[in-house]
Amino acid sequence: MTRQAASAPRRLDFATELTRWEYAAAPETTKVEIAPRYGHFIGGEFVGPIGGGGHFASVNPATEQPLCEVAQGSEADVDAAVRAARDALPAWAGLPGKERAKYIYRIARRIQERARELAVLETIDGGKPIRESRDVDIPLAAAHFFYHAGWADKLGFAFAGHEPKPVGVCGQIIPWNFPLLMAAWKLAPALACGNTCVLKPAETTPLTALRLAEICAEVGLPPGVVNVVTGDGRTGAAVVNHPGVDKIAFTGSTEVGKKIAAAVAGTGKRLTLELGGKSPNIIFEDASIDQAVEGIVEGIYFNQGHVCCAGSRLFVQESVLDEVVEKLRIRMASLRVGDPLDKNTDIGAINSMQQLATIRRYVEAGVAEGARLHEVNGHPLPDRGYWCRPSFFTGVQPSHVVAREEIFGPVLAVMSFRTPEEAITRANNTPYGLAAGVWTDKGSKIFEIARRLKAGVVWLNTYNKFDPASPFGGFKESGFGREGGLQGLRSYVQL
Amino acid sequence: MSERLNVTKTYKLFIGGAFPRSESGRSLKVAAADGRVAAHLCRASRKDLRDAVEAARAAQEKWAAATAYLRAQVLYRLGEMMEGKKRELREAIDLGHGAEATGHRGIEAEVERAIDRVVHFAGWADKYPQALGCANPVAGPYHNFTVPEPVGVVGVVCPDGAPLLGLVSLVAPAVCAGNACVVLASERRPVAACVLAEAIATSDMPGGVVNILTGLREELVPHLASHRGIDAIHAAGVSDEHRRTLELGAAENLKRVRALRPEPDWFDDAACESPWWVEPFVEFKTVWHPSGT
Repeated sequence: MTRQAASAPRRLDFATELTRWEYAAAPETTKVEIAPRYGHFIGGEFVGPIGGGGHFASVNPATEQPLCEVAQGSEADVDAAVRAARDALPAWAGLPGKERAKYIYRIARRIQERARELAVLETIDGGKPIRESRDVDIPLAAAHFFYHAGWADKLGFAFAGHEPKPVGVCGQIIPWNFPLLMAAWKLAPALACGNTCVLKPAETTPLTALRLAEICAEVGLPPGVVNVVTGDGRTGAAVVNHPGVDKIAFTGSTEVGKKIAAAVAGTGKRLTLELGGKSPNIIFEDASIDQAVEGIVEGIYFNQGHVCCAGSRLFVQESVLDEVVEKLRIRMASLRVGDPLDKNTDIGAINSMQQLATIRRYVEAGVAEGARLHEVNGHPLPDRGYWCRPSFFTGVQPSHVVAREEIFGPVLAVMSFRTPEEAITRANNTPYGLAAGVWTDKGSKIFEIARRLKAGVVWLNTYNKFDPASPFGGFKESGFGREGGLQGLRSYVQL
Repeated sequence: MSERLNVTKTYKLFIGGAFPRSESGRSLKVAAADGRVAAHLCRASRKDLRDAVEAARAAQEKWAAATAYLRAQVLYRLGEMMEGKKRELREAIDLGHGAEATGHRGIEAEVERAIDRVVHFAGWADKYPQALGCANPVAGPYHNFTVPEPVGVVGVVCPDGAPLLGLVSLVAPAVCAGNACVVLASERRPVAACVLAEAIATSDMPGGVVNILTGLREELVPHLASHRGIDAIHAAGVSDEHRRTLELGAAENLKRVRALRPEPDWFDDAACESPWWVEPFVEFKTVWHPSGT
């Protein structure tokens, strides 16, 4: 990276110049077949719902058009899935690790081979830009299976002095922001450790999980090892409360996470929670400012801000505040909001009408509390669909709701600080502790700040990087347990 | 010449390195085997628990920031102090129904095993990050590593089975990692914990790192469970009902809970001594930094 001279950079007025730049439309052309209606995947096959849950539509948030119907999982459906997982457990757990590994490697391969299709499906079901589903979500999902496959016959080395045993049947409830990737984060370590699974995808984004179920059948994974039950929160509750489930893994909001923790209290079920965040991103005056501005954008506008570890609280050292805000304004003006299937798109559709309403409520609250809203992006929005222009607030007080609560949208709260001590104190002043970013070119400072930040993932001079070998998870009310890496295996074994 | 009257002791609480009485003014009696009153000790209240949490909070950060070498030496020093108090610790366990509690292995064995366990975990202080942490081979130009850090303040509920060894086995793993503890001593056999507090006070352990309360579980467990200043719970030998209370309270601020059921055989070194006893009381922090020129 070249460091730009601080003096008089050439000023481009993107806001006006960009509107004159015509980008040729570059939509993804891969055709994806979607059945008119899906059942649950239980015991190795797709079955119609029982227990009267019925079906509901999965909607493309960029067009508001229904894509297909999926089943609303009832208690009876969940029970059938748990039974299938229970029945499959002894054989799967008893399989030599080497053999289990081969099944998981096959899943990884099939995801790679069907990557285009999965990326398009992810984008039309969830609204995220094809560039992200193609370059981030799907390759990482494949990598997660590939990484964990290799652990299946090496668990004795991960837990020195022990012969790890599987936990049993895992009930796994995942969110809508990274649908296939979250399924991979949950399933891959569970399978490698010899557990069987009941996966409940989010109600607005079930399609790639169902496609993954298809892949499981395709690679000959023994029936019942992976089961997928679709539905809303009621289906999730049925999974949590089912007595045949040995472990619950949940990714979602802190509010729901606490309810789940209370529901499993005293039951002996194991629990891991990957919950919300309000992560600080701290820019020091001695940072490489242009890189830091890229990091801010990467931190908060990636995936429309639907990221639990989003760098949603920006702390900028006072001496560079004006410079950072100005460069951020310029950079933001060039972000392209719109058709998620267009390869040029930076910011796609908001996942659901409900989430769009939540984000709007927060933006209104920020304005009402006296913070100054900067909505510098003037990119024309499509007529239909759920859209939200990226924005940020300045003049934010720590007590403002936009500085305290997780918005889960492309909205950033900008604050300033004077000393490193103040930055650390304010960064840690939150019940959350999922992630943090620090930007400075001074090595000794960056590692000391990293040490003192109460966060499970600390990105230094970078942000929002993920890898299957790198554990992910929070401190404090951002949950407990890790996903990925050596430490992520712990939740899926008994020692 | 008249027979000399013994000076009997009232055992006090151990909070922030000091020995206060319960602010409630309440006390409990400890009966000797023959039914006579052997000693009095304090019955801690909710307010005492709050004071203990405050003391632990105040001490924890500095304890965590101490070098691992220092924490190891301080814990080893505690082992030395316990060795010098062996007789007193034995008598404390014996006060009442000690032999019954410790089973066929005997009180002497319990004291010795407790000292050895402290020394064992003293040694982990500067090794657990190497056993539990690692560098991660991510697919990209990044330096990436995972380090375990202490979770903060740990609430400990001790079993009655082995009142000294059980306590030490629950506390030492948390403390060696840089956590501070608020300990609820065995309800039926609390005196050994009070003598241990005196050993801790005369070791080099900073005040507040270990705080010990005596009292009734029924009264204190709900407050321990719901206190927001506590980050994790380590318990053994609690009833199903208390376990549920602990886990329900923990759900309010997502405390990490390790409630052992059934109670392990505390004399089994293989079962009770490993970095996996430290692991529930650490948070894993993963750090990324670009690598390039």
